[in-house]
Formats: sequence, C-alpha cells, structure tokens
Amino acid sequence: MADKTRTSSERLELLVPLGAIALGLLVGAVIIALMGENPLRAYMALFMGAFGNFNRLLGTLTRATPIIVTGLAVALPFRAGLFNIGVEGQMLMGALAAAVVGSNFSGLPMVVHLPLAMLAAALGGALWALIPAWLKARRGIHEVINTIMMNFIANAVLAYLVVEVLRQPGEMIPKTPPVLATAQLARFSDFLPGITARLNVGFVIALLVAVAVYYLLWRTTIGYEIRAVGLNARAAAYAGINVPRQIMLVMVLSGVLAGLAGAERILGFDRTLALGFSPGFGFEGIAVALLGRNHPLGVVLAALLFGALSSGGVWLSFTTDIPADVVVVLQAIIIFFVAADQIVRAVILPKKKGAA
Amino acid sequence: MQPILEMRHIHKRFPGVLASDDVSINLFPGEILAIIGENGAGKSTLMNILFGLYQPDEGQILIKGEPVKILNPSQAITKGIGMVHQHFMLVNPFTVAENIVLGAEPRQGVFLNIDYARRSVSEVSQRYGLKVKPDAKIEDLPVGVQQRVEILKILYRGAEIIVLDEPTAVLTPQEIKELYTIMQNLTAQGKSIVFITHKLNEVMATSHRVTVMRRGRVIGTVATKDTTPAELANMMVGRQVLLQVEKTPAVVGDTILAIEGLVAKDLSGERVLDGISLDIRAGEILGIAGVEGNGQTELVEVLTGLRRATSGTVRLNGADITNLATREIRERKVGHIPEDRQKRGLELDFTVQENLVFGFHYQRPFSAHGLLNLAVIKRHAERLIAEFDIRTPHSETPARSLSGGNQQKIIIARELYQEPDLLIAAQPSRGVDIGAIEFIHRRLVEHRDSGKAVLLISPELSEVVSLSDRVAVIYEGQIMGVVASNAVTEEQLGLMMAGIKSEHLHIAAQRSTADGR
Repeated sequence: MADKTRTSSERLELLVPLGAIALGLLVGAVIIALMGENPLRAYMALFMGAFGNFNRLLGTLTRATPIIVTGLAVALPFRAGLFNIGVEGQMLMGALAAAVVGSNFSGLPMVVHLPLAMLAAALGGALWALIPAWLKARRGIHEVINTIMMNFIANAVLAYLVVEVLRQPGEMIPKTPPVLATAQLARFSDFLPGITARLNVGFVIALLVAVAVYYLLWRTTIGYEIRAVGLNARAAAYAGINVPRQIMLVMVLSGVLAGLAGAERILGFDRTLALGFSPGFGFEGIAVALLGRNHPLGVVLAALLFGALSSGGVWLSFTTDIPADVVVVLQAIIIFFVAADQIVRAVILPKKKGAA
Repeated sequence: MQPILEMRHIHKRFPGVLASDDVSINLFPGEILAIIGENGAGKSTLMNILFGLYQPDEGQILIKGEPVKILNPSQAITKGIGMVHQHFMLVNPFTVAENIVLGAEPRQGVFLNIDYARRSVSEVSQRYGLKVKPDAKIEDLPVGVQQRVEILKILYRGAEIIVLDEPTAVLTPQEIKELYTIMQNLTAQGKSIVFITHKLNEVMATSHRVTVMRRGRVIGTVATKDTTPAELANMMVGRQVLLQVEKTPAVVGDTILAIEGLVAKDLSGERVLDGISLDIRAGEILGIAGVEGNGQTELVEVLTGLRRATSGTVRLNGADITNLATREIRERKVGHIPEDRQKRGLELDFTVQENLVFGFHYQRPFSAHGLLNLAVIKRHAERLIAEFDIRTPHSETPARSLSGGNQQKIIIARELYQEPDLLIAAQPSRGVDIGAIEFIHRRLVEHRDSGKAVLLISPELSEVVSLSDRVAVIYEGQIMGVVASNAVTEEQLGLMMAGIKSEHLHIAAQRSTADGR
C-alpha cells in the first residue's frame, strides 16, 4: 500500500509541472487571442524559433545553459530548507572574478589559465554567498532578506568597478577587456563549420554539474545531512548534525554554482563582461528550480523549456506582430500554476477531489 | 431508554486501510462511554466522523433517534456535539472569557460585548461547577485549567454530547482527579460523555460502559463494573499482556553518568535546571518522575548537547562531557530516545533505512570517504526490521507512513544497536500501543541487565515506578529526592511531584492525614 502511495506521489511530482505547463500554454493562448493574434501561429513560431533548425536548437541550448546552473544553485540550498534569492548577485561576482582573471595573466598556458578563471568565478560566487550564509547560520537573520540585499550590492559594486576601474581607456561601452584565448571556454563553432550559435563547453559542464548535484544529494554523507536539515532541522540537530555548519556549507556550494554560471557567460558566451549581460539568470533560476521541483533532472528539463521559450521568443517577434514579451508572460503563468499546484491537481485529478 | 447518540455500521476506507469496519456504538443520556483501543484501532477516525471531519463510506449517525448528516464541525456543534482535542485550541494571550466566546461572540454593534461574555461565562462555569477566572489569560493558567476552559467552550455552545480525546495525557495526577469530578458533575446534569483513552485505570475509574476497538472493529462493549483491566487489555491486544514489568534486582556497577550542580537557563534567563545533581550507575534504570514541564526536557537536552549548561558538570565514565557537541556525546556511547519522535527522533520523509542509520550515517560501514554505502545501509535496515519486528512494507518506505509504534521501534532499534553505555529514554512509550509498550519496556530492562545505564524520563508514574530501580523526582528544575522504587508509594511520589522534598515527606504526610480528619 505504501508502495502505491509512493509511486503515485512520484507521478504527481511529474504531473504537476506538466499540468502547469499545459495550463500555462492554454491561458497564454487566450491572452494571445485577446491581442488579436492567432495563438496556433504564435506557438508555431515559438517552436520554430526554438527548434526550427540545427542552429536554433543550439541557440536554445545556449540560452538554457546559464539557467541550468543557476537553477541548480537555487535547488541545492532549497533541499536544506534555504531559499537563496541571491544567486543573481553571486553569479555577477563570479562573472567579475572570471573577467578579471580571464583578461589578465597573459602568457599562462590554457591548462592553468582556464581552470584558474573558473576557480576564481567559483570563489567569487562563494564569497558573496558566505556573507548571508554566516548571518543566517550564526545570527539567524533570514536568508531571503540577506540575499536580496546582497543582489543590490553586487549590482552596484559591479557597475562601479566595470565603469570606473576595469573599462579600457577610450572604450565607450562599459565592459571589461576581452578574455584572453587561454582562458576561453571553447565554442563548438570554433571547430565545427556552419554553427552560428555561441554554444560552448559550458553547456557540457552544466550537465555535469547537474549530475554532480544529484550525486551529492543522494549518494554522499553531506547530501544526507543537507536533506536531513531541510526536512527537519530539529531532528538533524538531535542526530548530531551541525545544522549551522550545514547551512554555511550548502549556501557556499550554491554560491560556487552561481559563480560557475557567471563563468560560462564571460569565458564562453560573451568573452568579456559587459554591464547588463544578465537578463536576470539568477532569478530565472528560481523559476526553473520551482518548475523542476528542486530535482537536478527536473531543473535541467525546466531550464531547457525556459531556454526554448526565450530563444523562440526572438523568432516570434521577427515573424509576427506579437512582442517577445509574451514569452515572459507565458513563463510567469507557468510558474503561477506550479506555485498554485492545488489548481493543477484539481484540473488533472478531478476524480480525486471527492476522496480528499 | 433511547440513546442520545447512535453510530450504526460505520464503514470508512482510506487507501489501503479499512479504518472503520462496521463500527456501531451508542451513548445514553448521562452516561460516560469509554472507547479504548491501541493506536490505529480506529478511535480517532470514528470521532472525526462524528465531528464531521470525515464522511463515512457507509453507515448512519442518529441523534436522539433522528438520522443526521454531519458534513463539517460547525454542523456537529449545532447538533450538540462538542469535542475537546488532545491539543488545546486556545488563543494564549486572550482571556478565558474571550476564548470561550470566540467564534460566537456576543456583540454590541461592531464591538465585542465583553461584559456580557464575562457574565455568561461565569454563569456557565457556575452551573457545571467548573471554576475558572474569566479574566485570567490562558498562558498564565495551568494545563488542567486550560482544559477546563476547553470544556466550558463547548458547553457555552450548548453541547449535549462531549467527546474527550485522551484528556489526561497532559494532566498531573491531582488534575486527573479533578477532571474525573468534572466528568461526574457533567453527567449528573444530563450531559453524555465519550471518553477516548488507552489507559485502563482511567476507564475503570470513570466510565459506565466501555467499547473496545481493535483494527477498525468493535471487539465488544461491556459494563465497566462487570469487567477487569486485564480483560480489557486482552480485548485490546487480542492476547495476554503483562502489565507488570518482570525484572530481577539490579546488579549495579560503576557510576556511568555523574551530574553535579547542573544549571541551565531559558531565553528569558529563567533557571529551567536549578542545580541538578544525580548519579546513574551501570546496571540500573534511574527514572525521573515529574509533571511535564518541570525541566525534564531541558535536562535531556543538556545531557545530549542540544542545550548549553550555564554551570555545573556532566561526567560520562569519568570524562567531562559538559557542553560537548551532540555528535561528540553520541560518539561516547550515549543513546537517546527523544520525547518527541516525530519532531526530533525521525526524519519522517526519509525512508526507514535512512532513519535506521540517522546519527550514525557518517560512520563506517554506512559511509566511507564521504559516500553513503547504500547496500550496507539497506542490509543493516533489513536486519533491524526483522530483529525489532518493525512493521513496514519494506526498508525504503518513508517513515511517515508507519504507525506510531513502529516509528518508535525504528528509534529504539537504532539507538540500542550501538549498545550505548548510557541510554536516555524520554517518554519511550508515549502514544504507542500496549503491545509496543511491553516490547519497549522489555528492551529497556534487557539493556540494563547487560550492564548498561538507563535514564528513563516519563510523566507516567506507573511506568517510572515499575521500570526504574531508583526514582528521582523533578520539580521546577530541582530534584526533590531520589528514592528506591520499591520503597515509595505513589502518594509520596505525588507529593514530591508537587514540590515537597523527600526529607520533609513524613511531615507532609502527617498534615494531609490531619486535614483528612
């Protein structure tokens, strides 16, 4: 009997996000229709933009890459019961560190320079997460508030440094000097002909990070303790788990992931740090983690969906009169339904209603 | 005479469980009907159906001979059914009168007519002989009085049928006696009471008739005066139960745990432990008796590293362990069965096998080089499941879906497996059925017989006295005395639990005899 409930609750884990997506597309169709456009044509354009040819498919993967990692950066601490809203700021700090290391130290061989730049990004993110982590673990200050504040500070620090310190003399656009070749993440277009998308090795790293997070959570002692803290911190303390230390650890690990997300953008995608390079990858990560139910596999799939919507949106606005902003509306509606999962349950499981 | 309440052939099925299987009960006016049964026997399901929280799949409810449908609690209330839950539903910063009228407030325009409320509360409390001060705040009142407020609340709403769900769990022996008196008063005034419990002595002391439930079925209904506790126990568990713990005299060895002058404070700086000194030796069970909330929880927390001691020392096997981290204390062979298994002792959403290594998960052979060894963890779990008879579909079932008794067995299996030198057992039999209680008691005695020390904390006097070799009574963070369990009466312990030190006991006893004359 317990078996049955378990599988059915696991199936529900999958059904709710899928139901939310279906409902989101349905409501989105109504909105598009109200705008006087044909929803089917719009969705077709979205689909074609995201998957219509090989380069567009790669474009979707490119757009999904950073939010796979920021999604994981949100999902991991969530397993410990912590809501890291500060992934955006941690990612910016990681990006800053990657840009500084990546554009300096000329003469280093790639095997040293690239890992060094990645490490710097990880450290940058980790340090930015360490402050709210310490405040939370030792002083009990709520991490949601802390991390939001840290985002603002990160934004301001980055703007100041890029504009006033790092910008090359005479350069009009606020951006850092280009990342040296020895610190670049290889793009597939570098060695495969005909590719225009800027998909780079960072995508592969993102998938590996997802596997690593899964492995960490369910196969290691640390992951066991993280989950124990998240599900019941009082019980974890009883069992001798050092709860404050786990909080620090998981937040810092989250910062590492956020920093790596920044590294992919700077070292692989943009190969410089231009202010405003992130449309809010850290915040999209929250949505992705929510839709992916904080499971690494779910996060990857959700990131791919959001990546497809974003890159399809560009094609949508090219080929129709519908603004690309419709995509943001769609994403918002989907997240709304994930959060209001009772609505989804009521729609997809109408028979169960009476029994409950 | 026509019953005031009848429940006929009630069936209620939950996924995989038949929680009510053709259950019929009836209740006569002015009667106390006890419903007893082990945990999971279906008592709560039946009462939740009566109170409109569940709908029966089949069956009928009749009030004064009229069939009724009860779709929700407010319908139950209008039909004269009142329920006092185990956990009180009171607003602590509000006064007694405010709590009683809450939800049915007398109004004057948009304002609460507090004078009218106070008057009607006094009136109801006088009519039923339930003494309360209408203006006292709930948080300032002892638990027994809070319960009285709960009863008044349902009387105020005109309840004729009063359901008391395990009402004595939180009360002192004196408060329990007062509750019995209240129950007699209420029935004398024509109210009818359904009394849910699993304590046999309470059934014998209060009820007119007893309905025994087991596994969702009614095993039988008997008149209390025609039955015995042993017979009821047999009906409950379906086999002979040893109510008395069999144990040989203790063979004590060296001191395992030495506590000296232990002081701990709560957040407001109040001394919750006020200079506690105790010794526990190998081969003995030391029981701590006392009304809940007198420092037992804090004592266990300090001993297990979950709370800081502000002064005093704790020595284990001679080594100072005061204020060490929980993990270090555990590694020095201290086992801990916590008083709240769901909040402390288990990760309810972890599987049974994950829970069976909880706290030891990082040690070999369960982990090596930071990686869990899932195969070993599973094998270990399967062994303990068999040895401790944990009823679970398999080792990867979430602990949440097990019954209370089986959840407790997980904890006991896990803590005993390490053969701790000191086992701290806080309310080890709270909320588990008689069969499991017997099992737990036997395990604790076996542990003592293997030459280990056991610290037993329980608010149930009979459990402490029958299990322990020595009993320490705690009152407001102080030890009132330590006595041999076979040389003390429950009355003497009761006086100590009320704050009279053992050396003054003979005086107190004399005074109470004098009062009696």
